[in-house]
Amino acid sequence: MQTKRTIFSSKVLPYWLILPQLAVTLIFFVWPAGQAVWQSFLREDAFGTSTQFVGLANYAAILHDPGYLNALIVTVIFSISVATVSIVLALILAVAANSLLKSRSLYTTLLVWPYAVAPAVAGVLFWFMFNPTIGLIPYLLQGLGYHWDDRLNGTDAMILVVIAATWKQISYNFLFFLAGLQSIPKALIEAAAIDGAGPAKRFRDIVFPLLSPTTFFLLVVNVVYTMFDTFAVIHATTQGGPNQATNILVYKVFTDGFIGLDLGSSSAQSVILMLIVIALTFIQFRFVERNVQY
Amino acid sequence: MVEHRPFLKLLSHLVLILGVVIVAFPVYVAFIASTHKTTDFITGIMPVLPGSDFWSTYKTVLFTGLAASGAPPIGLMLGNSLIMALAISIGKIAISILSAYAIVYFRFPFRQLAFWIIFVTLMLPVEVRIVPTFKVVADLGMLNSYAGLSIPLIASATATFLFRQFFLTVPDELLEAARVDGAGPLKFFKDILLPLSRTNIAALFVILFIYGWNQYLWPLIVTTDSAHYTVVMGIKRMSDVTDAEPQWNLVMAVAILAMLPPVLVVIFMQRLFVKGLVETEK
Repeated sequence: MQTKRTIFSSKVLPYWLILPQLAVTLIFFVWPAGQAVWQSFLREDAFGTSTQFVGLANYAAILHDPGYLNALIVTVIFSISVATVSIVLALILAVAANSLLKSRSLYTTLLVWPYAVAPAVAGVLFWFMFNPTIGLIPYLLQGLGYHWDDRLNGTDAMILVVIAATWKQISYNFLFFLAGLQSIPKALIEAAAIDGAGPAKRFRDIVFPLLSPTTFFLLVVNVVYTMFDTFAVIHATTQGGPNQATNILVYKVFTDGFIGLDLGSSSAQSVILMLIVIALTFIQFRFVERNVQY
Repeated sequence: MVEHRPFLKLLSHLVLILGVVIVAFPVYVAFIASTHKTTDFITGIMPVLPGSDFWSTYKTVLFTGLAASGAPPIGLMLGNSLIMALAISIGKIAISILSAYAIVYFRFPFRQLAFWIIFVTLMLPVEVRIVPTFKVVADLGMLNSYAGLSIPLIASATATFLFRQFFLTVPDELLEAARVDGAGPLKFFKDILLPLSRTNIAALFVILFIYGWNQYLWPLIVTTDSAHYTVVMGIKRMSDVTDAEPQWNLVMAVAILAMLPPVLVVIFMQRLFVKGLVETEK
């Protein structure tokens, strides 16, 4: 691990400096995470009077549970939809903004503010706009002959949460694409233009390949975002329904643990999710290590 | 640009204007809804033009609260959100900068171990380990308190990492010069390192303030007493009325009030915001 060439030689001081961070980490992160792992091997009876060690039985039960499998599929559909749509739209907007010199920063301001809106608030906004009785969008869709009802129709509910989650994520992706576009050397683009490549060809053969590290990075970040940060979007709108159609993994951990009080199963699901996060973070770190120059 | 193409320029403007309109539309709808009376939502389609009840809606929401759903005045919730957001952002910055200082400028047994404990475990979002974390906080008697709202969220790997990276770029000559002049570790930290980190602290503050303000699940489970509700979770409590349509005008007014502070922070501190966002992800 890197350190300084010259350092201070105090023996006790560094422990005091690191103590607050370490204490909070141990009490509120390491200990509960450990508890989750331990709980995942136990089974409590319905009244909480006795607990027994059941080994991997909770994990086995999860993997055979159709509800869990459903949540897994729902999560994959949800993540991929949000990541793809928000990345594509953000890229289009970033390319457009990057081509305008004078108004670029004005458009940036007008596009980035949704980042600051809480996912729960974003959820409520769309919940209202798509409200089957008074919402604006269902009214317009009715005119086109489509009967929108996100409270009964699973597909409609999924579209609703995808739109709400995407709306919030575009600003983030936009900023990263804009930064990526600005780091492409102008000389490359000019050389291609002199050789007669038009804007479309330049984008396809030069700009897009050079943006691929950014795109990959955003893909990982967006998947992490949809798997965890969108909890509030789901909770504030569909609550996993109708009929489990929007019940993503992290939401199921919460409902099984807090509402169903099935601590063993909920903990086992937590542990699986933790492994997924650690794997994704690892990919992200490896990637950043390779691509960032200091 | 490389060449002059008026058509492409026009197309770019059109795409961006369309994007801005679509992005702003939900907020426009919410704002319109908040200027109408509750009765305007009972039948048919919601209005698309502003109504005349802007003042009365916002006055009700801010100072009276919603009797129907038992929610306290939003003024109180906004105050709670502010306290929580400030406690989280200032707390995170304070404990991270100290631990990064210890990790970079000292060599001590278990340094490596401490570094990895901070890192590996903080990858886990609170949603994932929600039940055991709740139990720890309940056992410590921190439910329904500002400490319970903020302290479990103030450990931060990203902030520690950011400060560590920054400290590594600070020239060693500064430390050597400070030592020649007889400065001890605390003086060096206070008079040299802290002033140098100013921009980083400000950028991080913007990001962390938004993070803290927008917390949802955590306040939802650790506060049962309405005196400690925060505004983002309060919306949820308000739109949850059993067997009836919520009072949409009031709910939307709260949504507008809940998003206003962080959105203003982003708009007025855009440069710091972008710096904070891009750097914390590295």
